[in-house]
Amino acid sequence: MAQSEQEILEGLAEIVNEETGIETDSVELDKSFTDDLDIDSLSMMTIVVNAEEKFSVRIPDDEVKNLKTVRDAVTFIHTAQG
Amino acid sequence: MGILEGKRLIITGVLMDTSIAFHVAKIAQQEGAQVVLTSFGRTMKITSTIAKRLPTTPPVIELDVTNQEHLDSLAERTTEHLDGVDGVLHSIGFAPLGAFSFMDGTWDDVATAMQASAYSLKALAVAALPLMSAGGSLVGLTFDAKFAWPVYDWMGVTKAAFESTNRYLARDLGKLHHIRSNLVSAGPLRTTAAKSIPGFEEFEKVWGNRAPLGWDITDPVPAAKACAALLSDWFPATTGEIIHVDGGVHAMGQ
Ligand SMILES: NC(=O)c1ccc[n+]([C@@H]2O[C@H](COP(=O)([O-])OP(=O)(O)OC[C@H]3O[C@@H](n4cnc5c(N)ncnc54)[C@H](O)[C@@H]3O)[C@@H](O)[C@H]2O)c1
Repeated sequence: MAQSEQEILEGLAEIVNEETGIETDSVELDKSFTDDLDIDSLSMMTIVVNAEEKFSVRIPDDEVKNLKTVRDAVTFIHTAQG
Repeated sequence: MGILEGKRLIITGVLMDTSIAFHVAKIAQQEGAQVVLTSFGRTMKITSTIAKRLPTTPPVIELDVTNQEHLDSLAERTTEHLDGVDGVLHSIGFAPLGAFSFMDGTWDDVATAMQASAYSLKALAVAALPLMSAGGSLVGLTFDAKFAWPVYDWMGVTKAAFESTNRYLARDLGKLHHIRSNLVSAGPLRTTAAKSIPGFEEFEKVWGNRAPLGWDITDPVPAAKACAALLSDWFPATTGEIIHVDGGVHAMGQ
């Protein structure tokens, strides 16, 4: 079932919050995972794996390095849901 | 009936669903085994999520193979899920970045790699021993340590120690405990561990061309099947052995 980009953003923010303690409100589309949210590679792996479960999509390893901002991730998940 | 029907297995090293150990766990369950996974520290969460992608979700218990307390309590914590153990998979490799530069690697880099990736085979065997009173099978994964490879560097030296550890374990676990110890020497596979090695692509390029059977760096199933076979009763008189699952590269000259 495809979700709206807003729903994906909210779901992703919850995952980020659970892994890192960052407030869900701070997980904004233009923020960079590494530079703004200070998320390291292991946390990023955890977030990706949990997002795969939550949104029923696969995010290939080679794709992860292209997901620099929250928007990149939301767009990828939205497209992957079709 | 599957070849692992009724077998109780401890499987280390499941990180992602690309992990060789993930595919061993999957095949083992399909072949009738009961499985407990181990993971450690911050990777526990990832392993627990990935475990749900197996045919049956197995329990995940904590084991940092360099942590003596974890090792000492492994048997007791495993008995919460299994009433004994017939097989153990060692699918653990770690080396600091510095170890992948031969002439610059420091002793600290090398010592860390040795403990986590070579000595850990013995440490894991000792930890599981109290549960293996009926004998069993220990299986580990190596990358052919007979050669000097590009970029593998101190991890290559560590794998040579790992392969030797396997032979000593075969000696000491065989006579007294009737436990076999064997390794699968896999060709390069694109896993998390492999991707963290700078320049790993160098292996990827040559392997497929040199392998008489060809080689798919994205397919861990051949290596996993060999591990499952070694964990089964189908190699009852084999120990201290290294089985190459590399498309045949180890047997070729140029
Ligand atoms: N990928 C390859 O090309 C290849 C080829 C031949 C052999 N191998 C070997 O296969 C084994 C599994 O690696 P993989 O390629 O599936 O990669 P992987 O990254 O999926 O697995 C490596 C595992 O080691 C675990 N680990 C690291 N340090 C640990 C510690 N201190 N305590 C407990 N666990 C620890 C990690 O959590 C991870 O699960 C390793 O021994 C590796 O050397 C890999």
